Amino acid sequence: MKKLLLIIVLAVVLLSGAALFAAEQDSPEGVMAAEAPAGAKVEDVPAASLESIKEELQLNINIVWTCVAAFLVFFMQAGFAMVETGFTRAKNAVNILMKNLMDFSVGSLAFFLVGFGLMFGVSNGLFGTTMFGLAGTEPGADWNWTFLIFQTVFAATAATIVSGAMAERTKFIAYLFYSAVISLVIYPVFGSWAWGNLLLTDNNSWLANMGFHDFAGSTVVHSIGGWLALAGAVMLGPRLGKYAPDGKPRAILGHNLPLAALGVFILWFGWFGFNPGSTTAGNGSIGYIAVTTNLAAAAGAVMALVASWSLLKKPDISMTLNGALAGLVAITCPCDGVSPAGAIAIGSVAGVLVVLSVLFFDYVLKVDDPVGAVSVHGVNGLWGTLSYGLFATDGGLFYGGGLKLFGVQVLGAATAFAWAFGLGLILFWFLSRTTGLRVSAAEESKGLDIGEHGNEAYAGFQVFTTE
Amino acid sequence: MKLIIAYIQPHKLNDVKQSLYKEEVYKMSVTNSLGCGQQKGYHESYRGVGMEVNLLKKVRLEIAVNEDFVDRTIKAIIDGANTGQIGDGKIFVVDLAECIRIRTGETGSKAIG
Repeated sequence: MKKLLLIIVLAVVLLSGAALFAAEQDSPEGVMAAEAPAGAKVEDVPAASLESIKEELQLNINIVWTCVAAFLVFFMQAGFAMVETGFTRAKNAVNILMKNLMDFSVGSLAFFLVGFGLMFGVSNGLFGTTMFGLAGTEPGADWNWTFLIFQTVFAATAATIVSGAMAERTKFIAYLFYSAVISLVIYPVFGSWAWGNLLLTDNNSWLANMGFHDFAGSTVVHSIGGWLALAGAVMLGPRLGKYAPDGKPRAILGHNLPLAALGVFILWFGWFGFNPGSTTAGNGSIGYIAVTTNLAAAAGAVMALVASWSLLKKPDISMTLNGALAGLVAITCPCDGVSPAGAIAIGSVAGVLVVLSVLFFDYVLKVDDPVGAVSVHGVNGLWGTLSYGLFATDGGLFYGGGLKLFGVQVLGAATAFAWAFGLGLILFWFLSRTTGLRVSAAEESKGLDIGEHGNEAYAGFQVFTTE
Repeated sequence: MKLIIAYIQPHKLNDVKQSLYKEEVYKMSVTNSLGCGQQKGYHESYRGVGMEVNLLKKVRLEIAVNEDFVDRTIKAIIDGANTGQIGDGKIFVVDLAECIRIRTGETGSKAIG
């Protein structure tokens, strides 16, 4: 069964690649950049031509900056892989690394072939219907290619959030299918509602048209990933041994906190591409957005430290690491439109919120989320989106803007929850009925590394797992 | 005095600890060990090359007890570690010649209890 499915997937990928290749043969050669007149002084050049040189220069600066930012965001995949590996047990390390590698790889192909078109193609009001595989764009210097790679790494960020919440108990084949579906449909369709007019500016994106603001994706990327993660964790149920018979949560320790810390630093670094890069233009706002981003992350870490120290009696490293990420997720939506003081306030709330949220999911809802992905990305994505309605210097409630903007932000965030959580439940229910969603109890005890992959992460080390 | 040595599945350690606790056996030493018995190990592969792993990870428990605790300790270990599957482990009971508490110099049953 598994083999058959794999062969089908492989065949689809290869065929669609071949179809695109055939289409490519019909289109004319790409045209490279126009040439600037050589050896001419500025005074000699007519004003119109000077204008066009300036325009081209700006376009190239935009391309360079957006690509650099995309590469930074790509590096966040390494951050997610390290955070999730560090926060889980040694016996599942290979499995979580494979999931991180494959959700990016499967997601990249799916987003190129289908997702990008649904998100940014000419919209029918609900989703885009053109530009699948960037059809119609000539190979070469076209801006669309830069935009595609930038949007691909964003889509992959949403996809990879889910693996942490579903860690240590999910069947690998089911996760592969999930990876394809989020990048094919779930992420791009919601994305088209909020961001569909970023490329074709007269596209009808209903949320954006209402004034919904999500600069770099607190909702579009992080909440979507976070709420899907919640659906996955709910459908899977907790890991064996997570809850005592009387319902009290038990701690299941992560096996490598240095790796988790490295992952958080990598994510923080990558976020300087995520937020400042979302200008997709080389201009003066890059530095400002980097400042608001950094302030919120720092405030998030500090306040998570304070919250964990006062609630849990000790300054807890895994909570503090989550706090930095919570600040980053929260500032992702409002980073371009709030004051530095606003950024600190938003990050501070995020830092406290993530600690409370982790405890809430653990103790009250009893949803087992090994790395805190739902609290970091879902809950703080929601908070970040709402915070713009409060703190936006232009139109925010605290700046005399009234409730209109806040209302739109609430609507957008609620829509994201309904869409991602609802489809997530359906998707994971479907997978549980077909491929199976969860590994056997025996395999879970022994570890997914041996059960799913026949491979140990730490061969040669004496790593013992007694849980 | 007896020394009870048990080899159990690593992931059953928590259950065994709990059932020992219920039987009021609070003292034990735990070490990691590798071993093989009837359970045939598992197949691993690395970069396409297969290998049989036959030494499995086990946990070794050592508990020194007075005579009246022998049966309940054994029962507790079985309660905690039994799944009915091959690989659940074994218990060995050996006579213990002497036991000395380093702190006080007490010997025999007093030192154990």
